[in-house]
Amino acid sequence: MPDVQALVNDFLNKLKKRKIEGSQATAKQTAELLRSVISQQRVPYTNQAGALIDSVRAIGEQLIAANPIELAVGNIVRRVLHIIREEDLSLTTAAVTELNLSTISDDDDDDGGGNQDDHPVLSAAAVAAAARSSLRPPSLQMLLEGAPEFVAVPRSSSSGGDSEGKSKSMDRNSRTRKLKHDVIEAVNELIQDITTCHELIAEQAVEHIHQNEVILTLGSSKTVLEFLCAAKEKKRSFRVFVAEGAPRYQGHLLAKELAARGLQTTVITDSAVFAMISRVNMVIVGSHAVMANGGVIAPVGMNMVALAAQKHAVPFVVLAGIHKLCPLYPHNPEVLLNELRSPSELLDFGEFSDCLDFGSGDGSPLLHVVNPTFDYVPPKVVSLFITDTGGHNPSYMYRLIADYYSADDLVVQRRHSAVN
Amino acid sequence: MGAQKKGSSRVSEDAEELARNPLQAILLADSFTTKFRPITLERPKVLLPLVNVPMIDYTLAWLESAGVEEVFIFCCAHSRQVMDYLESSGWHKQPNFTVAMIESNNSISAGDALRLIYERNVIHGDFVLVSGDTVSNMSLTHAVKEHKERRKKDNNAVMTMVIKKSKPSPVIHQSRLGTDELFMAIDPDTKQLLCYEERGEHPRGAISLENSLLADNPSISLHNDKQASSFYMLRFSFLYMQIYGISIFNIDCYIDICSQEVLSLFTDNFDYQHLRRHFVKGLLVDDIMGYKIFTHEIHSSYAARIDNYRSYDTISKDIIQRWTYPFVPDVRFSANCTTKLEREGMYKAPEIQQSRSAHIGPFTVIGKGTRIGDDSRITHSVIGEGCTIGSNVSIVGSYIWNNVTIEDGCELRHAIVCDGVIIKAAATLEPGVVLSFKVVIGRGFVVPAYSKVSLFQQPTAQDSDEELEYADSSSGTIDPSIADAGNKLNGDIVSESSQMQDWSTSQLGPGGAGFIWSACDGGCEEEWRHSVAPIPTDQLAKALLAIEEDLEIVKVSDSALTPSGELEPGSDDDDSDNMDDSNVDTVDFEKEAEATFLRAAQDNIAVDDLILEMNSLRLSYNKSAGDCTGALFYPMMKLALESPHNTAVELQKNVASVVSKWHKLFEVLAKEVDDQIELIMKFEEMCLESTKEFAPIFSQILYLLYEREIIGEEAILRWDDERKDADESDRVFVKQSEKFIQWLREADEEED
Repeated sequence: MPDVQALVNDFLNKLKKRKIEGSQATAKQTAELLRSVISQQRVPYTNQAGALIDSVRAIGEQLIAANPIELAVGNIVRRVLHIIREEDLSLTTAAVTELNLSTISDDDDDDGGGNQDDHPVLSAAAVAAAARSSLRPPSLQMLLEGAPEFVAVPRSSSSGGDSEGKSKSMDRNSRTRKLKHDVIEAVNELIQDITTCHELIAEQAVEHIHQNEVILTLGSSKTVLEFLCAAKEKKRSFRVFVAEGAPRYQGHLLAKELAARGLQTTVITDSAVFAMISRVNMVIVGSHAVMANGGVIAPVGMNMVALAAQKHAVPFVVLAGIHKLCPLYPHNPEVLLNELRSPSELLDFGEFSDCLDFGSGDGSPLLHVVNPTFDYVPPKVVSLFITDTGGHNPSYMYRLIADYYSADDLVVQRRHSAVN
Repeated sequence: MGAQKKGSSRVSEDAEELARNPLQAILLADSFTTKFRPITLERPKVLLPLVNVPMIDYTLAWLESAGVEEVFIFCCAHSRQVMDYLESSGWHKQPNFTVAMIESNNSISAGDALRLIYERNVIHGDFVLVSGDTVSNMSLTHAVKEHKERRKKDNNAVMTMVIKKSKPSPVIHQSRLGTDELFMAIDPDTKQLLCYEERGEHPRGAISLENSLLADNPSISLHNDKQASSFYMLRFSFLYMQIYGISIFNIDCYIDICSQEVLSLFTDNFDYQHLRRHFVKGLLVDDIMGYKIFTHEIHSSYAARIDNYRSYDTISKDIIQRWTYPFVPDVRFSANCTTKLEREGMYKAPEIQQSRSAHIGPFTVIGKGTRIGDDSRITHSVIGEGCTIGSNVSIVGSYIWNNVTIEDGCELRHAIVCDGVIIKAAATLEPGVVLSFKVVIGRGFVVPAYSKVSLFQQPTAQDSDEELEYADSSSGTIDPSIADAGNKLNGDIVSESSQMQDWSTSQLGPGGAGFIWSACDGGCEEEWRHSVAPIPTDQLAKALLAIEEDLEIVKVSDSALTPSGELEPGSDDDDSDNMDDSNVDTVDFEKEAEATFLRAAQDNIAVDDLILEMNSLRLSYNKSAGDCTGALFYPMMKLALESPHNTAVELQKNVASVVSKWHKLFEVLAKEVDDQIELIMKFEEMCLESTKEFAPIFSQILYLLYEREIIGEEAILRWDDERKDADESDRVFVKQSEKFIQWLREADEEED
């Protein structure tokens, strides 16, 4: 336990001091931290899931408070909570199903009452379990049509249930270990997903980028870089316009990298976006976070690019790894939409020190410098989201997100009694 | 403006760089000054809240994020409080960051502190020296690397000072940080610090700086002969920098990267007390062992030190405006509570009770659990935790610390109000007021501007040594009384009420408690300079005027020379003051020239270099070439005289050898006939007055000078013409050299 506490403190420290940059790195480290928290957590005899959820939530609360602007932390915490719930549910379901299958109407009351299960929940859990086992999220279509998945469920869970012995005590004992084991497995999978999401997104590049097109992007994003390079590797020839992304000018770095990989690259200023947009076939950008309504929190200047694209009917495509999907809406009070960074990125303190003189006049300087980091891009100007599961409409995002998170976890801060 | 480095990469670099040798830092948690009295009587300066976070947290958080792994906190005044705070704050629990305390009870200066640390023998390599009131977000990696590389090349580079360039407007320094203007001369190529002057010490400013700079430089140059000529070129550029005010407007950030030698230097020179006034100037002026100080200029990062109330105000506002990011209120860099940044730079902590009709203006910070009543207006202020603010209160530009009660209808402008103060209804604080801990201001009382109020009497025995932060413990009388009083105040109601009765005849209105301190050192006129209140416009105008006058002086002396170094006619003012000045200057100049020449002769410096040096000297004193040759001729002859000789013939030989060595100097400097005549006259004067030994051989030497082409034919003839009408006594030497002149005239005629 103490070493977990040390890990948590260390990570909290890094978050507080803004030492980790980039949501992918943050997400991955959060997931790894939570994995070690879970593996160290002693599980009581009963209500194991509840204990796990409580401990993850307690730590998640601290993590979110440490850097509220980095939404990826909260996303991963919620994902892990969701995983615990799901695993618990699927185990229970498996047990119930087994009971139902083997001793059909033997002792229905005491088990059924203990597990609080009824059939609608069972089916939902089964769908979720099936979805994960097939590594594809359930879509609305699947829910409407999806007979085949339903068939798969009892089979997989019963195969899991085979190992669970015959007597009840044995069953419970192994279930305890099984839950933790399964959760850790699932978190590992999540970490794997986060690591490979660039590649999964980049695989779809050829479907979207065509020969001789002109692509516009703003600032620098690793996902965008991989996406463009993947298209290049597939022998597509196209040109890229890079808006430099003031005031941090990360676009310069991206341009350098693209040119190094053999792509025809043009750097433009942010303010030239409207001038250049008429030549552009598609805008492809990265994001900081994707909200539940399909709105995007992205580096500052993005809304202008989106509006330019809308004006000229150029598709505006946002790339987002799964860790960027946030179950909150931008109007939720927990969401900090922006962070103001140091004005020294905009202008030199020494040069303007005479305008920042507090000693003369009425004590307040006439010059203020504000340096916001993010822009909010409303869903109506986004044409398409490309996640690792494929392309989605902004209006579909809430549905996609609902599959990854459970509604109970949306507000991590507020402690309420464990559901299970 | 290039692409900014990513934070994460910087950190990892730090880790790599420092893995070999952990970077250490010394943090002086005592300012050794009395600028923050009376507040510092009760609490050490480093624990005073700056935007609701103790100052030391800013320094520690910065050191931690900049990759420092071991910090030694030196504390003296109120060391118990500092230690208690550090134990409770959790700085001890940080991974890869150790905080060790060094306590002392009898150190009265930074010098003492460093000597003590040297004795402890805890510093093993280069270290960062800061004081506990520094706010910065600069990356130390680069500066430390620079320092280490310089050390490898030159073992004498013991210290790197961090500086920041500021706008060349002289008012800024005073109005921003309330410190005196600084003059730093920095070698633009090597970044070496050549001169460090605080303006307060030299009322004449730039001019005296030039002199001292020039006086210093040859001595420095002698230590690196090889680069001598390039160095002289450099000095030229300095001159122009000084004259046109370019390099002098720097801000000293008081962040130093030092080598171990610094500590031993302090121990060797036990009279060093002040880091800047004694140590830096000592190294530069006395030139101990050839140790050098270099500078590191920061551009986009922030670094400043809280020296007085004015810089407290300025730096607070810089923090609110986020120049110190990530050390801003809404980032939890220390144990501070979560604060939300709202529109217009309003920072609000949770659990604030604010009346609907209360108006909170821009750039305001409100601490946790504060209550604000109806129709109150707060702008540009910082309010601490747990404060109660009544209705109809107006607070502008003030700093209100924790648990302060302000009753209805009060008005506060540009004041500092410490913990536990009670301001009763309808009282007014005028600009610049400082209320120390637990003071009570009576109903309707108006606290006059710039007054400082404390529960403690002003120490009557003013210790002349202003290096102390707290009353001298050696006397042993004041400290216990402070502690007693503190206990009483914290303690039971009985004693408090009894004290209240004492206060009934208070200076602070009905029900008030506390003493108004009379304006201490510096007098009243200095108060505006260091207070939190903005400088009144009339004072600002006065200060501006004074500075302009200073610049005028510089300009008067500069106007004579254009960048090409030529004289402009008519630039000499007929001011009697100026005449005095020029007389003084002439004597100075001659001395300077003599010294320069003798040094050059001793160290065998090339003639070209000397010429260059003389030229720069001439320009700086605004002298003609004639003055220069005159000034140089004297030491040259003296040199010849001083070398051993028995007879006049030998003396003549000596002169010949000296002249042949330096003739080029005069060839360059004394080109004009007028200058040459000046030279002859100077020689004449010498033979009559100071060095009579030359009198018998005057004509021989004159011939020698003619032969060496130092003095032209025309000059000699004109000199002869001029002397024709003179008194007999003045014609001694003309007569002596009559034959030579005769010969010259004949040769002239023959040519015709």
